[in-house]
This record gives sequence, structure tokens and C-alpha cells, in this order.
Amino acid sequence: MKPAKVVSINERAIEHLKYIRDTMERAGSFTAVPGWGGILMGVSALMTGLVSGHLPSKNLWFISWLGEAAVALAIGGWAMAQKAKASQSALLDGPGRKFALSLCPGMIAGAVLTVVLFQQQLFGLMPGTWLLLYGVSVVTGGAFSVKVVPIMGLSFMGLGTIALFAPVDLANWFMAAGFGALHIIFGVVIARRYGG
Amino acid sequence: MARSHKAEAHSRPQNSRARPAQSRAADLDRLIHEPIRLGIVSALAVNDTMTFNELKDLLKTTDGNLSVHARKLEEGQYVACEKYFAGRVPRTEYRLTAAGRRALETYLEHMEALIRATRET
Repeated sequence: MKPAKVVSINERAIEHLKYIRDTMERAGSFTAVPGWGGILMGVSALMTGLVSGHLPSKNLWFISWLGEAAVALAIGGWAMAQKAKASQSALLDGPGRKFALSLCPGMIAGAVLTVVLFQQQLFGLMPGTWLLLYGVSVVTGGAFSVKVVPIMGLSFMGLGTIALFAPVDLANWFMAAGFGALHIIFGVVIARRYGG
Repeated sequence: MARSHKAEAHSRPQNSRARPAQSRAADLDRLIHEPIRLGIVSALAVNDTMTFNELKDLLKTTDGNLSVHARKLEEGQYVACEKYFAGRVPRTEYRLTAAGRRALETYLEHMEALIRATRET
């Protein structure tokens, strides 16, 4: 009988360790999205919006927002890494990995459509498409995060949909309102309620 | 998760090989051995703070159950609780104390020692 009891203790210890690991991974979802990073991304987008509205050509406008996308990606990645480090959790394990992987399909679709729209010189459709597909990415990624994240994604989707039907002259305003203001608003909520 | 690996990595109780698994099992910290309480402590180990509702959603438990177990951890000074109003909504927020973090690390050490001890049996 003794060996059976020993095995049982061993199994239970492994179960407990697994439970602790699973709980930490699931709880880690609350820190996957960086609030302060979102605010910085928003400020950066607002500055780009101010500049890009005065650029002499559509191509330059397009390039300025592509540059902004690269900057935002760098800020987001850096902020996520910092937040993961602060909470002593792995960035590419558990919820962080799920979040990043879930962001990808919408982002890739956005990149493909951007190439098509650029080839067709349909600059007016870009803000709506970008906002809509970024929103889709955030909603799917947000499935592994706190509720405010998918709500942010839905807000982007709503704004993107309106932008697709709005006059082309307002394109830059929609970019600033979405990637600027929405990022800042939700960034403040996440930073205040979910630890930075 | 890095936290748990870290805790496990340096967990090498000096006399772990000399003691039987049953004896080690008896040493377990009963305060965090209960699943809900272990869940609370584990979740707070990877978050600065978590609200009552976040913990309830995470651990899939009831208000009453969470409340009872959180209170026990509070009494043991493993977690600290802060109550405040966010606008008009009352909010209860928990954070892990230094004693709670040490208790979790010790618990992880015990678990690892138990596994080693039983494998050597």
C-alpha cells in the first residue's frame, strides 16, 4: 500500500504545480496589454496626424502613416516587454503569446489590403480599412485579455466603418481620432485599472 | 510564469533528500494549500493588484466563496485588501504582501521537494 500512497502524493504535487502555472498564465492576461504604451502610441499618432495633414502629396501622406505604424509597433512591443518584465512574466508564453498570435491575422489582412489600395491609388479608403482591421485584430487579441481590450477593438471597428462611408477629406481626422484619441483614452483606462 | 520557474529554480531545501515525502506533505502551508486560496495567491504573484471581480472571473467561483477565502488570506497577512469607490461603484482590490510571496515560494519549494522525494523512493 505504501508505494500507492507515495505515487499519489507525487501526482498531487505535480497537479498543484500545474494549477499554479495555469492560474498564473491565465491571470497574466490582465497584464498583456500595456496602457502607458497605448497612450504613447496615441500621442505619436496625433503628432503624425498634425504633420501628415499638411503634406503636399498623397504618397507622402501614405509614407508618413506607414512610418507611424512602424513607430507604434516598436512602442507597443517595447511597452509589452516592459510590462511583462515588471510582472515577472514571460512575454511570449501563455496569454502574451496568444495575444500576439491573435493580433496577426487582422494585421496581415490589413497589410495585404494596403498594398492593393496603394496600387489602385485609393488613399481615401485606407483610414477606414486600417481602423477596421486594426479593430478586428484588437478584438481577437482581446479575447485573451481584460474586457476593455475587445471594447477598444470594437470602437476602432465602429470608427473604421464610419470612415469608410465618410467624405475623403476627413480621412486624416479619422486617423487622428482612431489611432490617436482612442489609443489615449483606452490607454488611460488600462493603465489606471490594470497596473500600467 | 517566470516567477514560478524562478521560485522553483532556487528551491533546494538542504535536507530534502533526508526526509520522507509524507513528512514533507505534513509541512505544507495549509493557508494556501486550498485551491481557491492558492489560485488567489498565484494570480496576485503575476499582477500588482487585482479586483474582487477579476479574481472571481479568473477562478470561476462565487462571491461568497471568494470572499471567505480572501478574508482568510487577509487574516494571515498574505494579501492586503483595499476598498474604494471608482465613481459610484465600490471596488475591492487585492495585492500580494511580501509574506504572501514568500509563502508561495516556500509552497513551490515544498511541492518540488515532494516530487523529488517520491521519485527517489
